[in-house]
Amino acid sequence: MEINKKAYEAYVKQVTPVHKKWPGIIKAFLVGGIICTLGQYITTLFMNTGLEKEAASAWTTLVLIAATVILTGLNIYPKITKFGGAGALVPITGFANSVVAPAVEFKAEGQVFGIGCKIFTIAGPVILYGILSSWILGVIAYVLKAFQML
Amino acid sequence: MFGSDNWEKAESALQKQTADLAIEKGDIRKKDIRYLFAGDLLGQLIATSFGTVDLEIPLFGLFGACSTMGEALNLGAMTVAGGYADKVMAMASSHFATAEKQFRFPLGYGNQRPFSSSWTVTGCGAVVLTKHRKEGIAAITGITTGRMVDMGIKDSMNMGAAMAPAAFHTIQQNFDDFQVDESYYDKIITGDLGQVGRTILLDFMKNKGHDLEKIHTDCGIEIFNSDDQDTHAGGSGCGCAASTLCSYILPKVQSGTWKRVLFVPTGALLSTVSFNEGETIPGIAHAVVIENIGNL
Repeated sequence: MEINKKAYEAYVKQVTPVHKKWPGIIKAFLVGGIICTLGQYITTLFMNTGLEKEAASAWTTLVLIAATVILTGLNIYPKITKFGGAGALVPITGFANSVVAPAVEFKAEGQVFGIGCKIFTIAGPVILYGILSSWILGVIAYVLKAFQML
Repeated sequence: MFGSDNWEKAESALQKQTADLAIEKGDIRKKDIRYLFAGDLLGQLIATSFGTVDLEIPLFGLFGACSTMGEALNLGAMTVAGGYADKVMAMASSHFATAEKQFRFPLGYGNQRPFSSSWTVTGCGAVVLTKHRKEGIAAITGITTGRMVDMGIKDSMNMGAAMAPAAFHTIQQNFDDFQVDESYYDKIITGDLGQVGRTILLDFMKNKGHDLEKIHTDCGIEIFNSDDQDTHAGGSGCGCAASTLCSYILPKVQSGTWKRVLFVPTGALLSTVSFNEGETIPGIAHAVVIENIGNL
């Protein structure tokens, strides 16, 4: 073929439509904002019943996760993400969705090799590297503290 | 789900139904079909192997990604023309849910698809090829088997761009082999290039002095209403070209609306393994000349 690969790549980039940046950012801000406001509302609600702030946060997390599980099962959460993008992916609800979706999908392959093995196919990297990076930060904090720099 | 309890079985059921329908429409018996050339997108062709068990027809399982229908027609036509069989069947299927599960994400997982991505068609198409001309009025009068074409595309969400050079190459080869140009055909119909792939193909052809703007269409573009169905670049999957061929192209050829078409299913030959290992996405396209030869 007379056209080289580099030129083709540049050409393809030019003819491929992409999502518009700003509407995407605004939608993400809206959806993410709504989810977080909802979270704050639930936390306040729990605190009003006399719970400590930490306990209220934990309960809020649980409520949000439970809501996502139900919304994923009803095929509503994917629609929210399609609209809101990262606004719906980044909060804990997005994480919950990424765990529930494979669990539902791979149920047909059994409890162990289906759900068991595949449940973290999307969330796995987040968990692994999340723990790894918090460990690295912990070591840094420990060293800084040892030298009384923190 | 075609009454099945999982998506893979559903796709198999779809193949079974389609094959039965083709046999019924062809007014033939199962045992008259000497060979079955069939394929799908799943690992180890499970939709085909389980879907065709009850047919009891000698099977060649094919994988040509979304070009499978072209591959099946190429081989089927050669088998019949060579005198190795009087009747063969060519079939290909895909299912949105099985393909999503295998190549992308679980259905319930929320994400945003780029505009260049395609939507796997839940569909299956089957045709019976026979050497007795009087039995049909659409005939395969030529084939151009494609070769691998790799232009270094790595984006699995832009398969149109990965396959367009292959389609270009095969169409160009067809013109050379048969000493014809675009005026020889009423339509040139690619498999599932989608909007992006179509743009690229037309650009490439134009550079070679062939204007396909009016006669080119694409099964991936035809099969969905992209505005209403939000399918982005268009349909894809073996079932896209196969079902468009059987439900739209063949009736048009048989009714004489189109006298001669070039059917070019296109395939992007990637797997999640090759993709994760950083490989490119090579494409392939197989062309079949389909003509209305009248009621002989």
